[in-house]
Parts: sequence; C-alpha cells; structure tokens
Amino acid sequence: MYVYDEHDRQIAAERVAQFRDQTERALAGELSEDEFLPLRLQNGLYVQRLAPMLRICVPYGMLRSDQLRRLARITRDYDKGYAHFTTRQNVQLNWPALEDVPDILAELAEVEMHANQTSGNCIRNTTTDQFSGVQVDEVVDPRPYCEIIRQWSTFHPEFAFLPRKFKVAVNASEKTDRAAIQVHDIGLQMVRNDQGELGFRVHVGGGLGRTPMVGPVIRDFLPEFDLLTYLEAVLRVYNRYGRRDNKFKARIKILVKALTPEGFAEKVEAEWSHIKDSPTRLTRDAIERIQGYFTEPAYEALDNASELLATQRFENRRFDQWLSHNIDSHKKPGYAIVTLTMKETGTPPGDVSDTQLEQIAELADAYSFGEVRVTHQQNVVLADVRQDQLFELWQRIEPMGFATANLNTLTDVICCPGGDYCALANAKSIPVAESIQRRFDDMDFLYDLGEIDLNISGCMNACGHHHVGNIGVLGVDKKGEEFYQVSLGGSSHHDATIGKILGPSFAQDDMPEVIAKIIDVYVNNRKEEEPFLETYRRIGIEPFKERVYA
Amino acid sequence: MPDIISKDGAITSDAWVVVPRPADGESLDIPDQPALIPADLWLAGKEHFEGRDDIGVWFDSHDEPELLEGLVNELKLIAVNFPKFSDGRGYSIGRLLRERFGYQNELRAIGDVLLDQLQFMKRCGFDSYALREDKDASKAARSLTFFSQGYQAATDTDVPLFRRRAS
Repeated sequence: MYVYDEHDRQIAAERVAQFRDQTERALAGELSEDEFLPLRLQNGLYVQRLAPMLRICVPYGMLRSDQLRRLARITRDYDKGYAHFTTRQNVQLNWPALEDVPDILAELAEVEMHANQTSGNCIRNTTTDQFSGVQVDEVVDPRPYCEIIRQWSTFHPEFAFLPRKFKVAVNASEKTDRAAIQVHDIGLQMVRNDQGELGFRVHVGGGLGRTPMVGPVIRDFLPEFDLLTYLEAVLRVYNRYGRRDNKFKARIKILVKALTPEGFAEKVEAEWSHIKDSPTRLTRDAIERIQGYFTEPAYEALDNASELLATQRFENRRFDQWLSHNIDSHKKPGYAIVTLTMKETGTPPGDVSDTQLEQIAELADAYSFGEVRVTHQQNVVLADVRQDQLFELWQRIEPMGFATANLNTLTDVICCPGGDYCALANAKSIPVAESIQRRFDDMDFLYDLGEIDLNISGCMNACGHHHVGNIGVLGVDKKGEEFYQVSLGGSSHHDATIGKILGPSFAQDDMPEVIAKIIDVYVNNRKEEEPFLETYRRIGIEPFKERVYA
Repeated sequence: MPDIISKDGAITSDAWVVVPRPADGESLDIPDQPALIPADLWLAGKEHFEGRDDIGVWFDSHDEPELLEGLVNELKLIAVNFPKFSDGRGYSIGRLLRERFGYQNELRAIGDVLLDQLQFMKRCGFDSYALREDKDASKAARSLTFFSQGYQAATDTDVPLFRRRAS
C-alpha cells in the first residue's frame, strides 16, 4: 500500500493549515456562504439535513489497520460512534461539528488520510476493483496507476473549478468490471496491445444521475506513459467547453454527446498533440517507484487447503454457505479473498460502529497483513486470508455480524444514505432496503435466485447507482409524498446497461411486494440456472409490467 | 480601484482600467489612461494601436486565447476575467497564454478575484491579481503560499513531483 514520503506529508500538513485558516475566516464572517461552499466541499464537508457531513477519502478503497483504529477514535471523539462506507469507496461521518473539522483533518493527516476532493466540482477519488492485486485474471495491478492519478489530480491548479464533479475509475480485470468504469466520467480499462505493451482503453462520458449514459470509447489504446498528459488534455477540453449555464447539463457526458464521441476525441487529440511530450509524461522510473509500494505481502508457500475445507463445509452448513458466497479465489495457492458484509438486516447498508471498525482492524492484523479494502457495494474485503484460517475467521466474524452470507444476492443492497441524512434526497432509502431485506429472509431462496444487484437511490443524483442495478429503485417526490420508481435490466459490468423504467411509481409500503412480484416473474420464466439479468434480456420488460400493475 | 497584488503578495496599485465590451452598435470608448480592451477588438483595430504600450487586452472566460496566437508579446499586459470565482476556465486560458503561446509579460486576473484562489492562479501563470475590493489585501501573501510545493507541473514549474523525486 502507498506510504507517504516527506513531500506527501508536507502537502497534507499544509492542507490542514489551509483549511483551518479557511474555517476560521468563514466563522468570522470574512468568507460568505457562497465563497466558503466550494472550499468546504473540496474538503468533503457538506452541510446536511441534521448536521454537517464529512466525507473522508479512502484512495481506491485501501485502508490499513492503524487508519481503521484512528477512524474509530474519531467517530467516538467527534461523532456519534459510527461511520458509513459509501458507494465511492469512501467513509462518511454524519455528525461532526463544523469547528471540529480542522482538528479531525489533523488527526487524519497523522495516519496519512485526508478528505481532499471528496466533493465539489473537481476531480474526485479514483476508484478501482476491490480485488486488485490478488485476483487471478488481471492485466496488471491497477492501484499504482490510481495512486499516480491521485497525486496528479490533488490540488491541480487548472482543474479545481470544473463545470461539475469529475470521477475516474480504473479496471484491470479482463473478465469482470467491479469498478463500473463505463458509468464514470473517465473509465480506464487496462489492456496490452499486440506488441505486449501496457496501456489503457479510454472511455469518456459515462455517468448516472439525471441523464444516465454508458461511456463511449474515445481511444482504443493509450500507452501507460501517456496517462497523465492524456487526462490533462481531456480535462482541459472539458474545463474550457463543458456547459456552465445549467448544472444539470454540466457533466462531461453532455459535452461528449453534443460533440459526438468522435468529435470530442478529435478535440482531445488536438490538445494532447501539444502536451504529450511535456514533462508530465510519465517515466518508467516514476511508475516503478509507485509500483514499489504495491508489492506482494510476505505470502507463505502453501497448497490449497481443499480437503480441510471440504471437511469443515461438510460439518457446518452455515460455514458452507458463507464459503460459497462470500469468498473469492486468490491468485496464490492456499489463500482466499474474504468479503465481510456490512449488510445485516436492521442496520443501514454500509454503517459501521466504532467497535466494528476496531474489530475489522484486528481481523486485518490477524488474517490479512493489516490491510483491508472498502468496496463500492459498501462491504469490506480481507484480501489475503490463508485458506486454513477461514474457519477460524468465520467463527470470529459470525457474532460480529460480518458473515451474512448474502454477498451479491438480492439483499446485498447498494443504498445511499437517503432522506434520513441527506439534504438532497427526495425520499428515504434505508427503510426501503430494510423492508426488502426483511421480506427476503430465507437464505436458501436467496441462493436459488443467484446474483441480483438491487440498487437504491433517494434521488436523481444516483449515489445508490440505481440505473445500473438489475433492479433499480429511485426515490421521487410527488407533492410532498415519497414514492419509488422501479427500473429493470441495468448492469454496471463489462456489458454496462442503463435500466429501463417499469412504469408509475409506488408507495413505500408497497415496495417489498413489488419486488416480490418481480422476483416471481423471474422465477417462473428462468431457464435452469439463468441469472436474473439474462432472463430479463430474453423475455423483456412486458411480463414484469403485466404482473406488477395487474 | 481594486488593490493589485503581485505574485509575491505585495500590494500595489496602477492606473490600468478595464474597458467593458461596448453594446452592439456602440463604439469603444478608450479613456485617457492605460486601458485593457476586449482582445478581439484590439485585434480588429490592431494597426490603430501600433506602438502604444498603454493598451492591453482582456479575455472573458468564454473567449478563446487562440485568437492572439503569435501576437501575445506585442502586449505589455493581458488580463483574464473570472466572472464568478467558481468559473475555472480562466486557469486554462492562463496556462495556454504562457505555455503554448509563450506570453512573457504581465498576466493579470480580474473580476471575482478572491483570496483562496490566488495560488491556483499563480501556478497557472498569473502574476498580478486585481483583488475584489471587499477582500483583505493584507492576507494575500499568506494565500499565495499555502502550499510550498505541488504534485503537478504547471506554468510555475515544468518539473512535476514524480520527476523531483527521481533526482
């Protein structure tokens, strides 16, 4: 994992001092609301329905155990003893006091953390696959490139006041896309060309929100050394020509659509031709230095523990279920990737208490070289667990509530904080998630259903990624009452698709039944093991409409 | 008259005035003192201003600096307007004037120029700042030096941090 050097430490310390100065001037009335707004947003600070909310950056989802412990302490000392894992691999505090924020930032800086650019019209935290570096089928570990982008985008003097927020995601797996790169402003797919050289396929202009779009490819192969100069060219074209007259039309996707992907690509290439050989061009040495921070931990030479696991599975059915659903295969023999689920029914998806944060830190130290990854599905991954320790780990996490074996099933809901916390929301989202989780509490039935992404957002801003859920739920406001619109057929993977709206919206109380009817249609129409999405694609939306609105 | 901040934070003042774009059908009214006029109008009447060092130009945030490519060093002062401090187009214009078109003389930020954006402006090639009049000019020096280094190359340095680390 990346470790700060003296330069990073100095910049982080200067940032804390700067924000302290800005907060003091805001409190003293020297900065107006309007003037302070983008400054605090670029430090992750929202003013919400009930209190300010602080979004803390977890670069590409990586956290060390000392950072988890510090987060736990911060939630105790400055908040109400819990935090929230977001759908952008970040962490949010829901109740900090404005005047405490500089102190919180100083505490974070001590453990090499910050809240830079977690909000506002700037380049946000770069996200990637939570299984980076440990999965079997990746082209190369994408995290060093994410760190290179993080450094380049941090306080970039030209791009601090873009037309709108800007999100970059990187994926390096050939088969899966856990980072959902095609619904980002820039999606970078790592590839090798015919000569075996490493580079990126560049998607631009994907996104959710009001105008959901799958990002078209504007360059098939960008050599790795050209990463930053090319990003700079894309951002410069966007900064100059993106719309600023209407906030709903200000995302880069609107510009790409207006110019056409080909037209946009031409503009970028023209800009890039001037700067591609500038000193911003990466060097082999610079890439290797960052890669040096992401070397493999001290794995032991092990064999797969297949026999042991088979016996343990045979003896314990719940362990067997957990192993089937919450474990992924690791590139090293004898190791496994474990996902701790933060989706226990009755707790808002992604919420963790201070004690749980400390428990996760302990687990990381005991079983996974002291590191964890936060996923955009709001779960936590222990990436390097010895297979012969899986049973012991499972026994420890069951009572903690991290072993709900529902990963990727219907009840592994992606959900924004919604109207319970968020000032932007039109409707609550957490109670809807909970009522659906309660309706589907039969694990065997869930396993039968297989993988279904259920994504819930409390408003158009789509923090719950509802457009790309196989089943998407969007909270809408109808004359002051909360209603829910359902869409079907979305996907955030390599076959990225925006879901189709089913029809008129529903009252909150009806939602579990609506979902049950949708599931019913699927079960009655599926062929053998066919996943939900395939059945939907085969039979279309009509049978669902007929049943739900009958 | 707004205070003019220099890039080391010193507070100065000068006689340059910004001449607004005349309404359609109106002619440009150049005052009897050093004046900044809209860049396209300067270009249109260039012969007329030949040899005058008391005429500079200003770009609005939606203007294209490409307009003066090859001519920028005929001007002693170029200004870029930030109509609202949150309109970031001026940063790109600054870098293009300096890094692409090789502008050597004074580059001034005008308009909604506040304290917390000064260091970004400096890094993008601006070396004087017409601070909005209600802002405390004595705090400008601090705002210009919040950070002692940046990660990126920009107008102020062509050595990004990853190259400085290598040496």
